[in-house]
Amino acid sequence: MSEMLASEPKGHIEVKNFSLSYDSIEGPVQAVTDTQIHVKPGEFVSIVGPSGCGKSTLLNAVAGFLKPTTGIVTVDGERVNGPSAERGMVFQQYSLFPWKTVRENVEFGLKMRGMPRSQRERAARTLLGLAGLEAFEKHYPEKLSGGMKQRVGIVRALATGPKVLLLDEPFGALDAQTRVIMQQILTNMWQRLKISVLFVTHDIDEAIFLSDRVYCMTARPGSIKAEIPIPLERPRQQSMMMSSEFLALRRGLMSLIREESLKAMGGEINDMGMQGLNIELHGHSLADVI
Amino acid sequence: MPAAIAEAERVPAVTPPVAPPSFGTLALRWYRLNQGRLRATAIGIISLLAFLLVWHLLTTYRVVFFVRFTNVPSPVAVYGSFTKAIHDPKFLMHIVLSCRRILVGFSLAAIVGVPLGLIMGRFKLVHEVIFPVAEVLRPIPAIAWVPMAIMLWPTNEQSIVFITFLGSFFPILVNTLHGMTLVDPVLVRAAQCLGARERAIFREVYFPASLPHIFTGLTVGMGVAWVSLIAAEMISGQYGIGYFTWEAYSLVQYADIALGMIAIGVLGLGSSLLIRGAGHLVMPWRSTR
Repeated sequence: MSEMLASEPKGHIEVKNFSLSYDSIEGPVQAVTDTQIHVKPGEFVSIVGPSGCGKSTLLNAVAGFLKPTTGIVTVDGERVNGPSAERGMVFQQYSLFPWKTVRENVEFGLKMRGMPRSQRERAARTLLGLAGLEAFEKHYPEKLSGGMKQRVGIVRALATGPKVLLLDEPFGALDAQTRVIMQQILTNMWQRLKISVLFVTHDIDEAIFLSDRVYCMTARPGSIKAEIPIPLERPRQQSMMMSSEFLALRRGLMSLIREESLKAMGGEINDMGMQGLNIELHGHSLADVI
Repeated sequence: MPAAIAEAERVPAVTPPVAPPSFGTLALRWYRLNQGRLRATAIGIISLLAFLLVWHLLTTYRVVFFVRFTNVPSPVAVYGSFTKAIHDPKFLMHIVLSCRRILVGFSLAAIVGVPLGLIMGRFKLVHEVIFPVAEVLRPIPAIAWVPMAIMLWPTNEQSIVFITFLGSFFPILVNTLHGMTLVDPVLVRAAQCLGARERAIFREVYFPASLPHIFTGLTVGMGVAWVSLIAAEMISGQYGIGYFTWEAYSLVQYADIALGMIAIGVLGLGSSLLIRGAGHLVMPWRSTR
């Protein structure tokens, strides 16, 4: 516990000259190409981009589930060579073990590390307390709401005291109100633990509200289109989402993403949708017309 | 703040403390909650009684309508031979022997089938080697193994146990393997980035995730074990409830035929209930409420 609440920020992620392709019958397919990103210790960074742009691929490579075709991924100077408890991960599908109670789920990482039962029980209870879940420690995940499941997912990923927290569209399946609450909980935990966060989302508001910096990716093959610092002061309030500063950032990001989404769908729309709509392109790109 | 959030989500998982309700309200609530189950039980009992009544009528009036009930024993006659049989040590021995064969054959099938299915699901090479052989042997009914079993094993007892084993082995193997292929890969990844290595992933993820299918396999396997056992006993046995039933036919003890059949039914039902109970014990997260 004491190491978890340490005040020294840690977790410097560095992704250099990264590309990832996989084989198909038509030859290699580029999923991500020529990408550099970094997350400074204690920084909160989001990746946004059109669907299928490879943002999850990039995150999975940082987690160690995918090997880069070229390039290198390091955390605090050490090369990533496979999944490890140093990089906690939160999945969109919650991915709690249904056969374990809430507390056993949280204990899992500590158990893998060989911590004695009584000690890890105590640690798990403390963590669940921080997330307001102590009353549910003996419940099986099935009985919990989506928001609670994901809170358990976050607490479980943090229990081993990772250097880095990776989140893959963690709130995508939640309703709007729950999502707002979850964003605040995540911000609180992040500020308390001072670890680096790499957060993948397609929700622009969420990315701006949470992050210090946002990377915007291009359509497939994905690469970094833009890097946008978010200078909004902390602690951030929900009301800030109406501020002109926030809206300006939002407008900027929105147009970046729209460009890429249209590029991604352009072919299909030209082929099918546009005929019915009677829009003449006259050699302009679709983005210009719309 | 966290407590406020828990409240805000309004999940009805913990009930706030209220004054203890009276016995009457509790009984009424229990009745409302279990209405469906009570109804099913009541209808089940009525339907069993109706079955007995129809059986009774068909046999007392010796109905012949395509099917001939002239020699079929009546429920009363079967009850008569039941009361005689439970005091007959020979009848009890038939039952004990059949149960022992099931216990040995089925346990062996589970001890071999479950680990083999788990290993085949995890290691591709083992799967590639064993699966084709299993697929060829699987469609052969256990009864078709009887002559081969008699050649293979020195004693009759062993060949009957072998037949029982074969009957339950394939359903157990196939279902365990099926369970392994359905394990959610995201759970495996979640375990990996919590620091779990190969053995821990097998123990903590693959095995519990496959348990529901393993128990499906055990339930099906138990059913097939009884089918195979009875067939084997009728063909090559000297003891056992299957042999008892067949012997009753040879000795023109019609009531004993029905008694043997009912005994087989009750034993089969009892053993699958045992497995279901074990499943609830082993998988508490699957029990509703």
